[in-house]
Amino acid sequence: MNFRPFALILATVTAGLAAAAPAAAQTIDERVNEIFASSTGWFVNFIFANFPGTSFPWIVAWLVIGATVFTIYFGFIQFRAFGHSIALVRGDYSDPNDAGEVSHFQALATALSGTVGLGNIAGVAVAVSVGGPGATFWMILAGLLGMASKFTECTLGVKYRNEYADGKVSGGPMYYMVKGFAERGLPGGRFMAILFAIFCILGSFGGGNMFQSNQAHAQLTNVFGAYPGWITGVIFAVIVFLVIVGGLKSIARVTEKIVPLMGVIYVGTALIIIVMNAGMIGDAFGQIFRGAFTWDGAVGGAIGALIQGFRRAAFSNEAGVGSAAIAHSAVRTKEPITEGFVSLLEPFIDTVVICTMTALVIVITGQLITDPNTGMFILNEAGTRIQTIGDTSGVALTSAAFSSAFGWFRYVLAVAVILFAFSTMISWSYYGLKAWTFLFGEGQTKELIFKVIFCIFVIIGAAANLGPVIDFSDAAIFAMAVVNIIALYLLMPIVKAEMNSYLSRLKSGEIRKFA
Amino acid sequence: MPRKIVVGYDGSDTSRRALDFAVGIAKTNDDQIILAHVLEWSPYSFLTPDEIEERHQRRQDELERAEAVVIAPVAEQTRTTGLTVSTVLRYGHIAETLCEIAKEQGADLIFIGRMGHSGLSARIFGSVAGTLAQVAPVPVTIVP
Repeated sequence: MNFRPFALILATVTAGLAAAAPAAAQTIDERVNEIFASSTGWFVNFIFANFPGTSFPWIVAWLVIGATVFTIYFGFIQFRAFGHSIALVRGDYSDPNDAGEVSHFQALATALSGTVGLGNIAGVAVAVSVGGPGATFWMILAGLLGMASKFTECTLGVKYRNEYADGKVSGGPMYYMVKGFAERGLPGGRFMAILFAIFCILGSFGGGNMFQSNQAHAQLTNVFGAYPGWITGVIFAVIVFLVIVGGLKSIARVTEKIVPLMGVIYVGTALIIIVMNAGMIGDAFGQIFRGAFTWDGAVGGAIGALIQGFRRAAFSNEAGVGSAAIAHSAVRTKEPITEGFVSLLEPFIDTVVICTMTALVIVITGQLITDPNTGMFILNEAGTRIQTIGDTSGVALTSAAFSSAFGWFRYVLAVAVILFAFSTMISWSYYGLKAWTFLFGEGQTKELIFKVIFCIFVIIGAAANLGPVIDFSDAAIFAMAVVNIIALYLLMPIVKAEMNSYLSRLKSGEIRKFA
Repeated sequence: MPRKIVVGYDGSDTSRRALDFAVGIAKTNDDQIILAHVLEWSPYSFLTPDEIEERHQRRQDELERAEAVVIAPVAEQTRTTGLTVSTVLRYGHIAETLCEIAKEQGADLIFIGRMGHSGLSARIFGSVAGTLAQVAPVPVTIVP
């Protein structure tokens, strides 16, 4: 095992960075920023290009149209099967003889801890501060539609996974592109799979990694005062390195146990704040609906709200992106469609419940400054977002909103942010690794190379400014969705056949609950 | 009339004493012994992506190991007493699963050792023996 040389390299790099500090600390951050912004700009510009003559990015339309098509094609399956999905997660349909295998609940919880993360805390704050409260409406709508996208991709992920002799499984869009296309006699499956794998690796470095360490650092400086980003980066990188390379499963296991707890604390606190300001709820929803359809002073008017809402929803729940298909494909189940049913709960919990909580708290606690005369929101000097109390954005805005009710909450939030960031990184390191091994084959050295690069990006993410990181994070994740949704369109008849067969057997009583 | 006796066996010393005690009683009446081994498992625990991927293989290994190391030798040994011995291997919550096994097999008695947790964790979560004494469908004998 050539684990030692790499540990040595990492230690050397760390020591080198430490030696360069503190005199050069600021310049390291600045240089990382500069190189990062200049080398990723073209990619970001391409993904977020607007339709000619409008300010509407084509990629947002792409995701929404995809989610809408799946919703209609499967006859609003996310609403029809919602109750059945919950019954599956509760284990009502689980064969007791399969006890000891991964349960539907465990699959859902693990996939959720990959998606519930900073998108729910920081991303929503960005959406609301740029697009105004109206962004919340579009975010909820995107979450509801996205349930159908998840249903489609996760069913395919399980159906076309690879099972190996040693009992391990590998699955995800790469595999359904290759196998599913071949089964339907369509060309280009392997090409698309390779393209997807490349974007998935980039996404695992971007949204699944740099964005997380970046916002974790932002929250830490928010609590402890400013210090150079690379310090957070190196500490995070070392811990991630220990877990994914050193096999320190205990850290990962502890995180997996605390993350759901933090989620409950987060939603609970949000609910308390909302109930405490019960009189404001009507007004908050008024602002959300008004902003969704009319200009309320926010950037880009109603269209700006729509773009921000959809964009942040997609980034948060990853519906249509294909990452969930990788997470769910490892689960053993006799019916692939049951994983689809279970997975459609993810955008609901992630976006419709948790993201909405964040948005409501920000709106209700009055963080966004309005002009007292006109009632319109006031933009900051650069005109890029709404002015907020304390001039904050991202996770700092969410923190300010929660802290305005409970001063101590920013410490809880700091812990939550770090844990969410960490669990999301662990999940994405797994997704990225699956894409990597799809391209380069399985093997310890090959896997180690990916893991080391992954850790380096943790440091870059913490050191870079929010602007370039968030843009690249989005761009990489949305690029996955470009390829994935094409594949979903071509393969959706297979999912429909599975769905109809399952639902008719459910109706006839062939599939029934275990007592 | 011969009865069916479920014995919760996990390889520990106390579960061994429970088995010996059960065998002693079974001999007088030519009762049937059902050796039950439950692997603690909750479908609501949290797993990492890696653990999910390996779970199926891990489960096979755990079952094989439990069969080979815990159950098979002691079943063989018990059979030498001339009693009829069957075995059951399950995943689940230990006390609940023992109750299920007793119901399914139509058992008349359950024997277990006063095993496992002591001190704080037993105070908080309750012990297997304590839970079983409260919820079992048939008489339970707890052997110290």
